[in-house]
Amino acid sequence: MNSMLKPTTLAQLAVTLAACLFLLVPAILSVMAGVTENYFRGISSGVTLRWVGEVWRLYSDSIWRSMMIAIVCLGFTLVIGVPAAYALNRWAGRTARVIEEFISLPLAVPGLALALALLQLYGSMKGFRISWWFILVGHVLYTLPFMVRSVLAVFAAIDLKTLEEGAASLGASSWRRFRDIAVPNAMPGILAGSLTVVTLSIGEFNLTWMLHTPITKTLPVGLADSYASMRLEIASAYTLVFFVMIVPLLVALQWASTRAQTIGKRP
Amino acid sequence: MRNSFTLICTLPLAVFSLAFLALPLVRLFTASVGSEAGFGIYADILANPRYMRSLFDTVLVSAGVTLGALAISTTAGLFLTRNRFPGRNLLIATLTFPLAFPGVVIGFLIILLGGRQGLVNDIAKEFFGTRVVFAYSVAGLFLGYLYFSIPRVLLTVMAAAEKLDPAREEAARSLGAGPFRVLVDVILPGLAPALVAAGAIAFATAMGAFGTAFTLATDIDVLPMTIYTEFTLSANIAMACALSCVLGLVTWALLLVGRSFTGGTVAASG
Repeated sequence: MNSMLKPTTLAQLAVTLAACLFLLVPAILSVMAGVTENYFRGISSGVTLRWVGEVWRLYSDSIWRSMMIAIVCLGFTLVIGVPAAYALNRWAGRTARVIEEFISLPLAVPGLALALALLQLYGSMKGFRISWWFILVGHVLYTLPFMVRSVLAVFAAIDLKTLEEGAASLGASSWRRFRDIAVPNAMPGILAGSLTVVTLSIGEFNLTWMLHTPITKTLPVGLADSYASMRLEIASAYTLVFFVMIVPLLVALQWASTRAQTIGKRP
Repeated sequence: MRNSFTLICTLPLAVFSLAFLALPLVRLFTASVGSEAGFGIYADILANPRYMRSLFDTVLVSAGVTLGALAISTTAGLFLTRNRFPGRNLLIATLTFPLAFPGVVIGFLIILLGGRQGLVNDIAKEFFGTRVVFAYSVAGLFLGYLYFSIPRVLLTVMAAAEKLDPAREEAARSLGAGPFRVLVDVILPGLAPALVAAGAIAFATAMGAFGTAFTLATDIDVLPMTIYTEFTLSANIAMACALSCVLGLVTWALLLVGRSFTGGTVAASG
């Protein structure tokens, strides 16, 4: 008997499909509502891009701001995270583990609490508080551990020490070894980390909601705003715009992390 | 081995983490004990029925969601690691993509499912002539949390299930064990560390989730919503900070326990 047709397997399949439907159906509803003339009357009222246009008119500045923050955030996590991962891999002892644990705190501590902490310390610096740099700080804080871990995982899987010793015996300086040996070998991890950082930054809400001001709204802040005050079609169209931005990033991310994970497993 | 170059490498990290992580967290704590109540504010939390109610509700919802996500994701995860068929990758993608959805979006998706203009209400009106609106109740909150918990648990379970040795199941089966016995005596014990780790992640994420509850504006106050209300509406800064410290400590400790069972974590946000 084919193993796919056993009753237990069929029951498992049913649960799996039900879970898929639960995750997929609301997302499809949202996409449909975003292109429907009148959601109350249903899709038969006509298909339109009017609401997407309306979203662009109302929220394009927040969409651009999110893209800008995500890219600058990526820059910072690269500059801070890649050298840090290199050093942590070299130290490899208790100190390195404690540092990694500490910078990973933003993964464990809820965004709301982190945002409150930042507000307590820097809230009175008005110029900083009302600029988009304040939001950027929150995003770097939250995404940095992903970059460090992603790069560290690749360093741990390759025999960096032997490669570096070879280069050192040929007279390469520390900086040259970092630039010409470590970074190129860590590329798959850097790529996976970069995609994670951009994806998370574009979708970050919990920190941003507390850190934003009316002139520094980001895409998810605008989403919350549209859910609370706009008609369902506009809220859905905005969600559709978000999906269009995030899904290609997720596809690329899945590809990049699979690739990074095969490092060291190759013969 | 520490040389000057690796020290320079950690300099940007040291500056950033000190300025924007260590000092703000210290400030959060000092702000929490900075009111006239002092350290007594933490005793006030225990004495206040509203905060305790909020804490209790949050723990209850998070525990329920954790159990639900473990049951669903373990079933689906085992099925997807054990069977190869066309469309399998599509199912995995469907089950993992919501990982990057912000909590607010998930709240909105639940409204489309169970809100006043939602799909379930439309179907109920059409076929049964009744109204079914659950998005703004505990059920809506529960489903929203389940939505972002399923992918997190699934990834951890699948990674662990791939490492299980099929020979042990074969041995159990050849000794006459039925599918249920194989599951209880062989598969689940093998997955136990991953299940504890995934459970800890799901529980901690649900405890700290803010966006979903914010969009659904549910009548029960989960702890992050209580903190938000204290901060914005009541301007009770010290209490908001104290509750944040409690929440942060609880979620951090949970994840630490969870990680001691397995190596990796799938990060939390909701």
